[in-house]
Amino acid sequence: MSDFRQAEAVTETETVATPVTEEVEEEVQKPTEGPPPGATTSLWSDAWKELRSSPLFLVSLGLVVLFIVMAIVPQLFTSADPRACSLSNSLDRPSSEHWFGFDLQGCDYYARTIYGARISMAIGVSVIAFAAILAVILGSISGYYGGWLDSVIARLTDIWFAIPTILGGIVILSLLGERGFFQVSFVLVILGWPTMLRLYRASVLAVKEMDYVEAARALGASDFRILFKHILPNAITPVIIYAAISVGVIIAAEAALSFLGVGLQLPAISWGLMISGAQTRILQAPHLLLFPGLLLSLAVFGFILMGDSLRDALDPKGR
Amino acid sequence: MIRRVLQFVPVFLGATFLIFALVFLIPGDPIRALSGDRPMPASVQQALEARYNLDKPLWEQYFLYVAGVVQGDFGEDFRGREVTDIMAERIPVTFKLAMYAFAFEVVIGIAAGIMAGLRKGGFIDNLVRISTLVVISIPIFVLGFMAQLLIGVRWGWLPVSGLGDGFKSYILPAIVLGSTSLAYIARLTRTSLAENMRADYVRTATAKGLKRSRVVGVHALRNSLIPVITFLGVDLGSLMGGAIITEGIFNLPGLGNAVFRAVVQQEGTVVVGIVTFFVLVFLLSNLLVDVLYAVLDPRIRYE
Repeated sequence: MSDFRQAEAVTETETVATPVTEEVEEEVQKPTEGPPPGATTSLWSDAWKELRSSPLFLVSLGLVVLFIVMAIVPQLFTSADPRACSLSNSLDRPSSEHWFGFDLQGCDYYARTIYGARISMAIGVSVIAFAAILAVILGSISGYYGGWLDSVIARLTDIWFAIPTILGGIVILSLLGERGFFQVSFVLVILGWPTMLRLYRASVLAVKEMDYVEAARALGASDFRILFKHILPNAITPVIIYAAISVGVIIAAEAALSFLGVGLQLPAISWGLMISGAQTRILQAPHLLLFPGLLLSLAVFGFILMGDSLRDALDPKGR
Repeated sequence: MIRRVLQFVPVFLGATFLIFALVFLIPGDPIRALSGDRPMPASVQQALEARYNLDKPLWEQYFLYVAGVVQGDFGEDFRGREVTDIMAERIPVTFKLAMYAFAFEVVIGIAAGIMAGLRKGGFIDNLVRISTLVVISIPIFVLGFMAQLLIGVRWGWLPVSGLGDGFKSYILPAIVLGSTSLAYIARLTRTSLAENMRADYVRTATAKGLKRSRVVGVHALRNSLIPVITFLGVDLGSLMGGAIITEGIFNLPGLGNAVFRAVVQQEGTVVVGIVTFFVLVFLLSNLLVDVLYAVLDPRIRYE
């Protein structure tokens, strides 16, 4: 699964320019002194106006909300228990009562597929949240202070970057005897942080030259205040866009690792594991492959589409 | 230029050391595992450990290993087979697979990107935008099984497993492997071309009466392909790495297949050898891209 690296290549080239353009907008605002409070047209409120009328964004929002609800309260979607199985139903085809049929153990496949959303979403969201926090902290240090620390961090990211994601994941995860939510998330964070760090560092480099940063420094603001109060809000946009796309990519990567047998382990209910179990019975029971594959793809699609429409709205170049 | 090449060395050493350290931290004693249930005489165990340098500290093992790699010696596995032999046998398969996938994604991806980018907002543009997102969203193993099930088994158009049919055996795996990158290439080309078509130099070229094919093909495209080429450099490396899943699904005896089996069997030297090879390919293709840059964009110079 090479998407991870590819997504970053795409977002990197397409979004690095965003912080600069954002500044342009702010500068444009300055002459119109004192707009009434609440009526400011910031980049985000502009973007929101555009997003509200974009059908693609609304579709992605619908999908993302759907999967979040599915992860938190799967009971809303199914009353069946995914762990209550009866071997007499083994491999039954989909029917009007049991839409997705049954798996080898005779468990209701619809219930299992719905419950499978939970761990995928949890891993996707928490991995990206951690990677983003790491990226902001290290990227601030690296981009703002520069110097030898910057060089060390840059070389370290170069090294991590050279290791293919899935390959690195296989090697590290195979070392761990027990692999659950924490182990898989941990590995995906350490393989995923360098890209976000690079994005944020580049963004900090562009923003720190701005006049208002200079002004804050002249007023005696501490480095900490400058970094988090002035630079962060203006430099975070590319990271947010990339994060939305990456949640999808991480969900796919987790499924790929579980599929290969080095990710989550049974009895966890995960789409990757379900597809892995389906592969030997692909002819006999194609529904075992189809349904988790479909939901997995839809979840990934939702996040990638959201990142894509966010970028269109936040990057004024494309207008 | 020379500086760029020199940078390559520490990154290569760092990445291989990382992999090396990780692999040899695998818990469990591979030497003892060789003899199965019956305990091995202590002297035999010591002799074997000495033979594979396992009795030395990690950094020394690594040093000896790199010294060997530089001389083309990747060590041997625990059955005494040279890792270079294992690799030599499998590299052609993975290389062919990656090359077919690469050709497929470059040709179709750039063509789709040009068609979409020239008429931004048109029908083809929207078609390309949505279909590429759909392709990106389907994980490669789901796509692989679907292709196998429908094209291979149900309709019987192409072989689905092994290498029995020569070139034909590679078609389906290469399409599956290249599909995600194809979508990225199409999107990159589209964005970049649409942006360049509005640039002043394109207007100038049109104004001085050049044919549209020349304006697009020579003036706009040359600049538009720069981000695409950056991507291709990263992609060539990840195609090789991504081959693990594709080779597994289509049962091709390539490097990805070998490395996966080696991880499971704790064949440390094989894992490190193949991963080192992947890292090398990845770094070299990035290096190549940096050189190509200067050719495509004369504004970029290396001191």
